[in-house]
Amino acid sequence: MIVTENLSKAYNGTTVLNVGALEVPTGQAFGLVGNNGAGKTTFFSLLLDLVQPTSGHITNNGIQVNTSEEWKPFTSAFIDETFLIGYLTPEEYFYFIGELRGLNKEDVNVFLNGFADFFHGEILGGKKYLRDLSKGNQKKAGIVAAFIGKPKVIVLDEPFANLDPTTQIRLKKIISAYKENDAVTVLISSHDLLHVTEVCERIVVLDKGAVVKDIKTSRATLQELEGFFAEEILNVPGED
Amino acid sequence: MAFFALYMIASFLILGGSAYYLIEEKLQLNALEVINQYLFYYLVLDLFMRYMLQKMPVVNIKPLLYLPFEKAKVVQFSLWKTAISFFNVIHAFFFIPFSVVLIINGYPPLQVLAWLMAIYALLYCNNFINVFLNGVNAILFVVFGFIVALGTLQYYAMFDVTQYTQPVFQYFYSVPYLAFVPVLFMVTLYYFAYKYFKGNLYLDAGLALKHQEAATEDLNWLNRFGSISVFLKNDIKLIKRNKRTKTTVLMSFLFIFYGLLFFTNAVEVYQAAPWRFFAAIFITGGFLFSFGQFVPSWDSAYYPLMMSQNIRYRDYLNAKWWLLVAATLLTTILASFYLYFGWEIYLTIIVAGLYNIGVNSYMVLWGGAYVKTPIDLTSNKKAFGDSQAFNAKTLLLTVPKILIPIILYSIGHYAVGPFLGYLLVVLAGVLGSAFKDKVFNKIEKVYKAEKYKTLVAYKQKN
Repeated sequence: MIVTENLSKAYNGTTVLNVGALEVPTGQAFGLVGNNGAGKTTFFSLLLDLVQPTSGHITNNGIQVNTSEEWKPFTSAFIDETFLIGYLTPEEYFYFIGELRGLNKEDVNVFLNGFADFFHGEILGGKKYLRDLSKGNQKKAGIVAAFIGKPKVIVLDEPFANLDPTTQIRLKKIISAYKENDAVTVLISSHDLLHVTEVCERIVVLDKGAVVKDIKTSRATLQELEGFFAEEILNVPGED
Repeated sequence: MAFFALYMIASFLILGGSAYYLIEEKLQLNALEVINQYLFYYLVLDLFMRYMLQKMPVVNIKPLLYLPFEKAKVVQFSLWKTAISFFNVIHAFFFIPFSVVLIINGYPPLQVLAWLMAIYALLYCNNFINVFLNGVNAILFVVFGFIVALGTLQYYAMFDVTQYTQPVFQYFYSVPYLAFVPVLFMVTLYYFAYKYFKGNLYLDAGLALKHQEAATEDLNWLNRFGSISVFLKNDIKLIKRNKRTKTTVLMSFLFIFYGLLFFTNAVEVYQAAPWRFFAAIFITGGFLFSFGQFVPSWDSAYYPLMMSQNIRYRDYLNAKWWLLVAATLLTTILASFYLYFGWEIYLTIIVAGLYNIGVNSYMVLWGGAYVKTPIDLTSNKKAFGDSQAFNAKTLLLTVPKILIPIILYSIGHYAVGPFLGYLLVVLAGVLGSAFKDKVFNKIEKVYKAEKYKTLVAYKQKN
């Protein structure tokens, strides 16, 4: 379970995130939606202790992330290309992450077998370093690495962006499988309302750092979200 | 880099102004003839330097392709841009003053100007030839082998190529209208470069980026190092596969020869005992200092991964430490050729190596914790000095790194003799290693305290 208490983040007096109290129960597939600058990445960075909260704190399965590092063994993430090691081949990168999580080469190979479809023959054995792969293929490698070692909490920032349609559908299947798993909490953010409503059990909408909607996903959710973001356009003064 | 350019300009300017007098008065030879004799080597070397260092205009062409310009314009613009590159301008600082001096000394201006024009046309020929050469590795070795062979033949007076080339250059002076031949040649080359360029102006042809072919490496032999092996494997790949790290390794290799300045008695001041010990510290510590000072900046490109993955800081640090120790041991062994200058000199080097391992290995890691410079592994920019790497804290930490061992050694050396000096330094090294855990705790604290600032700093890519 992930719990935030009085959580806020400000840069030079400008608040970029202020979610107060938020609870993500264990096993939930949690979606974060919002426009650019709404605070999605900031929230994930706080969860991974990459930035310091201005007030409050986050606890991840009972561990306060900015005072203890004990959350690291069961948490994994892919936020952006700074989570990739450019001079490694994808295989080496997977083995590296595997070793950090106590898996040997064979374990990782077995694990990767399950992703042959997802890779679509473009990642493994390609004689290319990660830095020379296309943006989409880099993302594939990063996302799969975040699944290595049976983490209990998986954080993916904009996992659908840059992926081709087939891969998007495959990724939705993979994440949906985690939805059934009550031990694994998945947190994703997305600009794609359709995808996020399909794979998440719960969707939180952030606007200028604040939680403006907290929806348990149902059939009506997509419409509700589209309505919300369309309203934003209508409400902007002077833009008609 | 700017400093280097200014230095080159100043050197060329001084040479250009004084070459005439140096050759005429000191060597009692005809200056123009001597210059013409060596001009062949000058031009070949110029081509070689261009090949190695001059950046091709292709690099900045991509953004122009999408803008409403004709392709011909883009190519012309790129080629003309090379005309004002440093590699063309620099020669003016030699040849123009030299020509002016010739005219002052009574050479006919028209003929001198014709000669100057011819030489400059040839230099520009090099400029355009280089456009074709870009990326053809075989050429490099052929040309280089060619000069070495010719130079050797000339040195042993077997075959002197300049005998044939010198008159050619001389003709540009004595028969001025011949100077139009190289100009014509240059124009032809420009035309071919233009055509070649224009034909290759596609993203998958001339503008394609070259990728190294990658192969997955296991490096299983490193597994014997237990929990730190996973980081060691990465560090070895880091060093092997990136431009910047390779430069660092090359520089630290050159440090091994630093002692030659001191032990060959080339410089008189350097013969004092403290100086010799100073040299020994750097001979064995080249890699230690040049690589170690940028830990953890080497991992700056993926620092968020390192900070959120399941990594124990102690292991990460320990791996870097072992790498530094292994490199120091290796350099100490490589430096064994100093035995040629006597066993006592090599003993100095071994003692300095022990101090580097015992104390400096974690002193540099400590200093590195305060260096928050993001490193672009794929480029050599800033490889030769980064002002951000010097701040009060890192400067303060050089005291135990260099001054303390020198002072210890000097005390022993001047009180009793060199052996007491060695003994004191070795004792300091042994004593220092006893504090390893303490210092590591301290470094760990620094890392944790500076973590957020470091993450922000690494985000600012220059």
